[in-house]
Amino acid sequence: MWYLERDGLGRLIGLLAERGYRVIGPTVRDGAVVLDEVTGLADLPAGVREVQGPGRYRLERTDDGRLFDWAHGPDAGKRFLFPPRERLTEIRRGREGMRAEPAPEEDDRPLALLGLRSCDLHAIAVQDRVFLELDERYRRRRERAVLIGVNCAVPGSTCFCVSMGTGPRCTAGFDLALTELAEGFALEVGSRLGAELRDALGVRAATDGERAEVEAIARAAAERMGRSLDVADMPGLLYRNREHPRWGDVGARCLACANCTMVCPTCFCHDVVDDVSLSGETATRTREWASCFSAEYSWAAGAVVRESHAARYLQWLTHKFASWIDQFGVSGCVGCGRCITWCPVGIDVTEEIAAIRASDGAVEVRTA
Amino acid sequence: MSATDLRERAAQPEGRPMRIAVIQRIVPETPESSTYWMTWRGNDGEGYAFEAGQFNMLYLFGVGEVAISISSNPMHPHHLGHTVRHVGRVTNAFRNLRPGDEVGVRGPFGKPWPLHEAEGGDLVIVAGGVGVCPVRPAVESAMRRRDRYRRLILLLGARTPDLLPYKDQLDEWVALMERLGVELHLTVDEPVGTWLYDVGVVTTLFPKARIEPARTTAFMCGPEVMMRFAGRGLLELGVPPERIYLSMERHMECGIGLCGHCQLGPYFVCTDGPVFRYDEIAPLMEVGEL
Amino acid sequence: MTAPTKPRVAVFKMASCDGCQLQILDAEDALLELAGAIEIVHFAEASSDLRPGPYDITLVEGSISTPEQEAQIREIREASKVLITIGACATAGGIQALRNATGRLEEFVRTVYPTPAYVRSLEDSRPVADYVPVDLELTGCPIDRGELLRAIASLLAGARPRVSTSPVCVECKRRGTVCVVVARGEPCLGPVTRTGCGAICPRFGRGCYGCFGPAQAPGNAEALGRRFIELGLRPKEAADRFRFITGWAPAFREAAARLEEVER
Repeated sequence: MWYLERDGLGRLIGLLAERGYRVIGPTVRDGAVVLDEVTGLADLPAGVREVQGPGRYRLERTDDGRLFDWAHGPDAGKRFLFPPRERLTEIRRGREGMRAEPAPEEDDRPLALLGLRSCDLHAIAVQDRVFLELDERYRRRRERAVLIGVNCAVPGSTCFCVSMGTGPRCTAGFDLALTELAEGFALEVGSRLGAELRDALGVRAATDGERAEVEAIARAAAERMGRSLDVADMPGLLYRNREHPRWGDVGARCLACANCTMVCPTCFCHDVVDDVSLSGETATRTREWASCFSAEYSWAAGAVVRESHAARYLQWLTHKFASWIDQFGVSGCVGCGRCITWCPVGIDVTEEIAAIRASDGAVEVRTA
Repeated sequence: MSATDLRERAAQPEGRPMRIAVIQRIVPETPESSTYWMTWRGNDGEGYAFEAGQFNMLYLFGVGEVAISISSNPMHPHHLGHTVRHVGRVTNAFRNLRPGDEVGVRGPFGKPWPLHEAEGGDLVIVAGGVGVCPVRPAVESAMRRRDRYRRLILLLGARTPDLLPYKDQLDEWVALMERLGVELHLTVDEPVGTWLYDVGVVTTLFPKARIEPARTTAFMCGPEVMMRFAGRGLLELGVPPERIYLSMERHMECGIGLCGHCQLGPYFVCTDGPVFRYDEIAPLMEVGEL
Repeated sequence: MTAPTKPRVAVFKMASCDGCQLQILDAEDALLELAGAIEIVHFAEASSDLRPGPYDITLVEGSISTPEQEAQIREIREASKVLITIGACATAGGIQALRNATGRLEEFVRTVYPTPAYVRSLEDSRPVADYVPVDLELTGCPIDRGELLRAIASLLAGARPRVSTSPVCVECKRRGTVCVVVARGEPCLGPVTRTGCGAICPRFGRGCYGCFGPAQAPGNAEALGRRFIELGLRPKEAADRFRFITGWAPAFREAAARLEEVER
């Protein structure tokens, strides 16, 4: 473990930009901490606290100048490694017929993602299992990316990473990880590239006191989790409760607005939509984030498979917490709680699962 | 329940540029569907091979892609037939195609019919309506290697005679099947015009076909409600659930388990299916809107 | 292949403000490409050269609000291969549908017009689809130009246009717009309103007011209205959020009625 002065973080951003990286970090915009391109320390959210709850997110100002005393806004690494809208293919039709070619990258700079939380790093690892072997564009972005984690000191009230085993301490999947101390940062190195960056920054070894402070911050954060979730018997619990009355109950509250799936750092579903020029000479195929809450998502052979909000909620929750494990060998939930905070009506996954567990085996009585 | 192995998924074709095929012939099958026969443009078909039960993603310029099962003989991968039911945006645009027009092809995708499972015993194929299309390559493969199966039983049904595809080849098939000793039974729910075969839902053919459950491997394809009933019927006869297979249909955009649309419980229909073993899928078929 | 003839396109207007038609005239760069691809043979807003049908594609702006319009729309339908209605008026009755089901048409006419005797109105202002079959509805007040151009391009390519029925939220999130309901407590109709606008209002920090009409079925506008009440609106105020430009669209009309029940 090393010690990096506060200014050293600014130097790191500069160094990465110099090396041609597109440096993405946290910044305040429209009342939230979002991820966007940053050019220096001044872009980071100094003196900001979050108040999160079901369907509610507010920022509060303090004058302590601390940079990372918040959990996370709506964005995660997904926005950059798996962009919300991406041109995949360009097709031309001329004298020799159709020609399809991969569309060029809009911004081909390698990514440096700064300020990722442990849950975010785990989410990237989850999406790696989905995309890495099957999607060349993702693979190329992912392999060139630098990931810089920041340990949480102040988790949000909708966080439950401890329950999911994904935080709050960054333990894997980063090149560098920071812990904000009273003055500067404790710096941990997770890869050769990280070590190289550390050397270029000029750091000193962390003192025993600083090491102890890092552990204390992590312990305190773990104790301040806003929520918890019992994940025992997880695929089983949801698989055997597909007819549970709670799905109808949550379906009546759910707007099917898709926000949970859009802010979820692991949700990977997408549409590929087609455009064609008016002249009929060129066409494009564009990948867009899609959601299992959309009616059009399950449209097949002339009909929507999942018509009710209850069926769509069942699909999402069961996929996230149960069938994901069958498909990818890991839970699709990293306990970040974004789906709770950014649900306009404040539906809380931990509450829904707890309700099903409380009446495990109940079956909805349907009147014909 | 088998978790999808990453390596296996990665081995699926992906990222390769779409191949281009050229429409040769269009055969109207039912009021709502036609078969599009195509060959590869230039050497676009190099290395292309498929197995009975697999599907392709077909692309129409500027319109989009759609998953269509391959209905032609796997022995001739350079002469592809896809029967398209005009029910959606892309499939309706197929109506505009004429011989000489181009179609983009990615594939083949998905798990095929496990024909080898039936070898040495009886193969019973049950199909309804357009469900006949995905089993046609299996029928052709089985007839080509007729000696590998004891009895070959084909039970085909449709709501009306109109809705049964490949009628233009029916006489030819009947003759060929007679020669090869294939037991063909045809039925419709509502006979219209001159209909020389059976009347009733496809399960009513079961007693007539004198299925011998202990020797039987069954393939089913058709509307989900038909497969639910046919599946139950086969079970009642005593066909073991692990020797019944069926082909499912879901919305698909990628063919490689990436876009998420085709999920059915833990499965991606595009890579874990479309052909499933009955005991893997039957409990899921009982849940509405899954 | 035979030499392609350009599709004949007509634009008509019923009861409306012309704003959607202006979206076509404002298409700037695309206008030239559009002119190369289609032949506009009837477009009173743009040219006095009005040629008769039949038309390959007809765009109709405006609601059916008078007996004359009712007759005219039937003629237009007869003359059109593909009929596309554009805008909130043509697809949901428009702002003028506020008069519907009030039973006060006569009173409104007397208040607004100096010579009420000249005004002949139907009791209700209703969408075109209430009178004739419509092939495609492009909602919005005004419509999104990009959506219209994509629809035309798609028709020219031989396919029914893909018009998403997902809600505005999907677009906010794709664009990285911070949710105004969650981060500001703003009553925003985005979660139950059809996308297509590019999420303009939330991008400028205000709540969506539903001008693109209800999103996908079955929808749950009432639950969103109840959220507005939690955010501080009176039930009547929450109901009124749904009674605006697309208030006559059944999903919004019914939600408003139920929310008003809460008041009583």
